[in-house]
Amino acid sequence: MIGLGSGGEAPATSSDAARRGFDVSFEVNGEPLNFRLDTRTTLLDALREHAHLTGTKKGCDHGQCGACTVIVNGVRINSCLTLAVMHEGDKITTIEGLGEPDHLHPMQAAFVEHDGYQCGYCTPGQICSAVAVLEEIKAGIPSHASVDLTSHPELTNAELRERMSGNICRCGAYSNIADAIAQVAESST
Amino acid sequence: MKEFTYERATSAQEAAAKAQRIEGAKFIAGGTNLLDLMKLEIETPDHLIDVNGLGLDMIETTPEGGLRIGALVRNTSLAADLRVRRDYAVLSRALLAGASGQLRNKATTAGNLLQRTRCPYFYDTNQPCNKRSPGAGCAAIDGVSRQLGIIGVSEACIATHPSDMAVAMRVLDAEVETVDPAGQARKIPVADFHRLPGDSPHIETSLYSGELITAVTLPPPVSGNHIYRKVRDRASYAFALVSVAAILQRDGTGRVAVGGVAHKPWRVEEAEAELPKGAKPFAAGLLADAKPTQDNAFKLPLVERTVAAAINEARQ
Repeated sequence: MIGLGSGGEAPATSSDAARRGFDVSFEVNGEPLNFRLDTRTTLLDALREHAHLTGTKKGCDHGQCGACTVIVNGVRINSCLTLAVMHEGDKITTIEGLGEPDHLHPMQAAFVEHDGYQCGYCTPGQICSAVAVLEEIKAGIPSHASVDLTSHPELTNAELRERMSGNICRCGAYSNIADAIAQVAESST
Repeated sequence: MKEFTYERATSAQEAAAKAQRIEGAKFIAGGTNLLDLMKLEIETPDHLIDVNGLGLDMIETTPEGGLRIGALVRNTSLAADLRVRRDYAVLSRALLAGASGQLRNKATTAGNLLQRTRCPYFYDTNQPCNKRSPGAGCAAIDGVSRQLGIIGVSEACIATHPSDMAVAMRVLDAEVETVDPAGQARKIPVADFHRLPGDSPHIETSLYSGELITAVTLPPPVSGNHIYRKVRDRASYAFALVSVAAILQRDGTGRVAVGGVAHKPWRVEEAEAELPKGAKPFAAGLLADAKPTQDNAFKLPLVERTVAAAINEARQ
């Protein structure tokens, strides 16, 4: 939302306040964290530079590539297009919170099994997005590929591809990514 | 990004009053468009008023039998609402044709209406743009303009409004509810909400200083075939070259609004009388005063063909 202010009263401490920072608390992968941040800090930069969770990647930094996808209060978003200070009290899940090297999340295991990546840079975002996509389908949220708006969405390849279109893979591992997601979807239904 | 101060609003009127009082203040809700533009320093607010805590996130039935959609309802929630899917399918379809899943989860109803153009010359700060710097000139008119406007354009600007949702709201005759800094509410028909560029393309809506959108209301449902057809360069996650929001009846009558062609969703009610005669006479009326560039003249036949496709779809 954009509002145009026109009056004369500037906030008394504009740049001082900006420099002093803004306190924010949120939970990342079950751990409560507190930060004093420059208001300009995106959630992505807070996770990478302040929480030192570098699994979440910065690709385009403009919401076009999806590499920064994380799950906030159960919903996938682009962490690059939101300010950290806007997440007071939120519960955030990053790729580090989904699984660990010796205890993979089923989606991580399926990406390994199906070779759902090449360079791997987009993979944390792809996996966070894919996990949330299956929840969205489970919740009955329709997509552009849904043939019938009023019935429960189906788990077709066209549905999965449409729902994953906000995650770009420059290596072009799309068909393997779709296979990996389909396998997890089938095994969980 | 330029430095800014930040606060969380606790009441809509207070937020509106502050937005008017504090120089350089802007509201932020989903932030998906504003933050993108702030990173490019196209938007440089001094102060952000976070309105996410205002509780304007309900979809309620109105006494008239329509729906009142809170300003903060996310695009995903609106598209997935069972009443919208059943009674206002054109709106659900339009929302689902826009952006990506991640963006729809964050983007709000009001923010979607207020999003800025994706004209490449607006985004390129090395180019003159009358939206960014009034009076600077427009590099788009003689530039690469295949994505840009063909009707309602001016010597100052040929940008289009990028929203899919707004095109559906135009065909549904939605109204935008606001509150001003004095606490006064008003309703603006969505038809009058977005302005044509004229000689002041930087003024994009009819909102006053500080005025905050609180809801969008839909009149009672209009029966018929609800269709949203979007033609774009990619099958998903791309802005429209042309889009058509239509509610069509079996006898061929109906209403149609078009996106991707103008500074606002384009609808000409008088032209709709021609719909039973087919897409050609309808499109001729809809686009009678079109002034395309060489690059985007293809949108004229594209509108006609996309309307024809919608009419065919409605007959099936």
